[in-house]
Amino acid sequence: MIKHDVLIVGAGLAGMRAAIECCDGLNVGLLTKVYPSRSHSGAAQGGIAAALGNSEEDTWEEHMFDTVKGGDYLNDQDAVEEYVKAAPNVIYQLEHFGCVFSRTPDGRIAQRSFGGHSKPRACFSADRTGHAILHALHEQLMKRGDQVRIYNEWYLHFLIVQEDRCHGVVVSNIQTGEVEIIQAKSVVFATGGYGRVFKITTNAFAGTADGAIAAFNAGIPLEDPEFVQFHPSGLYRQGILFSEAARGEGGYLLNGKEERFMEAYAPARMELAPRDIVARAEQSEIDAGRGWKGEGCIALDLRHLGEARIMERLPQIRQLGIDFIGVDCIKEPLPIQPSAHYSMGGIPADMHGQVVMDSRNTPLQGFFAAGECACISVHGANRLGTNSLLDATVFGERAGRSAAEYARSVGFGQINEGHEKARVLKQIEEIFQRPGTENYNDIRNEMKDTMMEKCGVFRDDEKLTDCLQQVRTLQARYKKGRITDKGKIFNSELYEIIELGNMLKMAEIITAGALNRKESRGGHYRTDFPKRDDESFLHHTLIAQDGEELKLDKKPVIITKYPPKERTY
Amino acid sequence: MTTFRIKRFNPEKQADPYWEDIEYDIPPGATLLDCLNDIKWTRDGTLSYRMSCRSAICGSCGMKANGHALLACQRQAEHLLKDGRDTITIEPMGNMPVIKDLVVDMGEFWEKVNQVKPYLKEKEKPPEKERRQSPEQFKLIDDASTCIMCGCCYSDCNTLEVDKNFLGPAALAKAQRFVQDSRDEGTGERVRELSEAGGIWDCTHCAECVERCPKPAQPMYRIKEIMSVALEEGVTNNNGARHALSFVKSIKHSGRLNENTLPVESMGYFNIKGLMELVPVGLRMLLKGKIPPIIHKNIDDVEDVRRIFRELGE
Ligand SMILES: Cc1cc2nc3c(=O)[nH]c(=O)nc-3n(C[C@H](O)[C@H](O)[C@H](O)COP(=O)(O)OP(=O)(O)OC[C@H]3O[C@@H](n4cnc5c(N)ncnc54)[C@H](O)[C@@H]3O)c2cc1C
Ligand code: SF4
Ligand code: SF4
Ligand code: FES
Repeated sequence: MIKHDVLIVGAGLAGMRAAIECCDGLNVGLLTKVYPSRSHSGAAQGGIAAALGNSEEDTWEEHMFDTVKGGDYLNDQDAVEEYVKAAPNVIYQLEHFGCVFSRTPDGRIAQRSFGGHSKPRACFSADRTGHAILHALHEQLMKRGDQVRIYNEWYLHFLIVQEDRCHGVVVSNIQTGEVEIIQAKSVVFATGGYGRVFKITTNAFAGTADGAIAAFNAGIPLEDPEFVQFHPSGLYRQGILFSEAARGEGGYLLNGKEERFMEAYAPARMELAPRDIVARAEQSEIDAGRGWKGEGCIALDLRHLGEARIMERLPQIRQLGIDFIGVDCIKEPLPIQPSAHYSMGGIPADMHGQVVMDSRNTPLQGFFAAGECACISVHGANRLGTNSLLDATVFGERAGRSAAEYARSVGFGQINEGHEKARVLKQIEEIFQRPGTENYNDIRNEMKDTMMEKCGVFRDDEKLTDCLQQVRTLQARYKKGRITDKGKIFNSELYEIIELGNMLKMAEIITAGALNRKESRGGHYRTDFPKRDDESFLHHTLIAQDGEELKLDKKPVIITKYPPKERTY
Repeated sequence: MTTFRIKRFNPEKQADPYWEDIEYDIPPGATLLDCLNDIKWTRDGTLSYRMSCRSAICGSCGMKANGHALLACQRQAEHLLKDGRDTITIEPMGNMPVIKDLVVDMGEFWEKVNQVKPYLKEKEKPPEKERRQSPEQFKLIDDASTCIMCGCCYSDCNTLEVDKNFLGPAALAKAQRFVQDSRDEGTGERVRELSEAGGIWDCTHCAECVERCPKPAQPMYRIKEIMSVALEEGVTNNNGARHALSFVKSIKHSGRLNENTLPVESMGYFNIKGLMELVPVGLRMLLKGKIPPIIHKNIDDVEDVRRIFRELGE
């Protein structure tokens, strides 16, 4: 059995930031199913928010208000306040860590505008901000190589919880197939989002809900799972992200009749309306049969910008189009569609990263969470662009600090090694023994299609009821799937199957939350209840397993400075 | 119908790798990764490779296609079928041990990145706010910082083929990112360390890494930048033997020198002593841009040159 004072699962921004925070004198482990630098944080292009005021005067109050308004007032405002206040120092610290930032002429960190923010407060590194931060943090861990052991390509299966305290995790080494127990005084989850549940997503293949479901299986409810953000400009059929910059530079959105249809939805802001509004407008056009070239997509037209400007301002986007679908945006419009982008919900945690188990915020000792897998809830019902890299960094640091403090205050508990190990061995054996009458690829595709169509941009009672039914049928079929690789070494098929199991559970939980929330708020839109309903639904959702059924509960929203108002732009 | 010739290896089943031909119709617009995923998910679940972002940013999906390393997610499969080919050969990246199928062990690759101490060395505590860095200073490290650690350059590097101790292109590109970072205070120390055996002077400037790199990181240019800094810092490194060695390696590998061919030719290819004397001059000229870097391709009779070397007992 391996032992660490603190064990962190996930090596994106949140996990690595947490690891750095724990180094001081503790024995730290960091476990990740992909190499740290391959974590999806690296895909973030636009920026990271903080009211530095480097290009225009800015205050944390404004950042806070924008965040709360963007979140349609479902945010916990005490946490938001902490978070926006912490932001500037967190950015300075990243700079001190060596992170590369684009600069103003006088050498300060450059900042630009981003949707939903009233001031230019996105700090950036050209068009690869997440990449720059991810690598800087990874480098800091190399520097602390004697204090942190990194488990590259290890997979988290289960969380070990006994008597209301967390004692470690059950994991396996992807390269060798061996199953191990890692005992830890504190465990931090930073396992990222779960966009892969949907057919069209900007997320990497690794975004499969493993962490959220491991917590859920250990008896922790998930908070606000129904809130999923759809980004307006994912590449048609693939979801690869074309940054908001394309519209910022003056790109048009056209339907099949070559109309700039945003005229009908947001005449003042046109293409630059907030993400959820643009995504819904696009989907309405597609659903009405007015897709580009009669297909299920919209055209992002940049031709009028001219070659020179495209080459100067949007070279990356042009290259993406050429590499991934063979379309050169200088000559042809890019086909795009709304794509699942960000999970606002997740493992409930307080602003110190401490995971809580119920509506009264009872802590689960020794268990912490940060980043996209957690729901602290600073984003409420809808996250603003550039706010989530900040979330991962701020709360990564805090979760790390809390985990270190707790680890210093307690000894190791007792765990039944044989029993815990057997859980995973059984899980794998059971997959190998399945009758093999069903095809996992079909199940995965059907889940993704169903979630996209029935639990996507537009939802209603009928679609959601049907969706839940279908997901449960898929869960039953999943138990009869066929595996071809029964080996131990780098069995990526096996891990994909386990991930599919997690996603099927997550799909069920998202749908149940969406079905229950009979209102429209932020990223959750019900055509049968198109208005926000503060009287009945100004609360967080908590979903836990109760026997065969899901049990739904409410948790109050913390409102301090900004009472709910109508959200208009 | 296209033939995907894939080099398969599973040490649990069979000690040696073997080639497998899979007939597959490339869907329009599909990347190589799309094709492999489709093959894995619908035909053979045992096929193993790494991938995650599928948008050329995570660096997971490096592999060799038609003999050269690339990111599978970044290449339209059709584009690998130029010149009337009907077969795409796919194999794991080179210069690294294979774990299974297209999955290689990148342990040594990372160890070398670690060796260049890829973090700021600073003597003073940073200020309360950000340290200042001008846009011009940012530009010096902009390209190197685009590296996604995919290993494509490392896979195809010529020097690494003959010298496992060479730090390799990715680690050296990473080193440049710190050598030229205006915030770093260890420049002299860095260039001295990088001038030791296995460092910058062992690169043969074959430009293979520039051709393979999917990003602006382009290691060979970064290596040259470190050389310039090293010369400025007075690290002229006169260990000519090592320079000559890299020249010899270049000839052995590709049958041709890619830099100052003329003086070398006038000296005679096998006048090792003469070559050694030439080296520092040649390098300095190269760095000053007097001799354009020639992207050298393997010449046809490279085997002959290699044979001559073998016969001469190196
Ligand atoms: C294309 C794209 C662009 C974006 N752009 C921006 C932007 O400009 N600004 C912004 O603020 N936000 C942006 N976001 C959102 C932001 O990038 C993410 O929310 C954030 O990076 C999440 O960080 P994280 O550390 O929580 O998770 P991740 O970086 O996703 O890391 C998750 C980690 O968990 C590990 N893991 C997961 N499951 C397991 C398991 N079972 N076992 C072991 N390890 C596991 C993974 O290996 C990985 O290391 C963007 C998102 C996308 C998809
Ligand atoms: S230029 Fe140098 S580093 Fe690049 S591949 Fe050639 S020998 Fe290797
Ligand atoms: S330098 Fe280029 S090829 Fe080499 S690892 Fe970095 S991105 Fe890949
Ligand atoms: S899958 Fe990430 S670079 Fe190809």
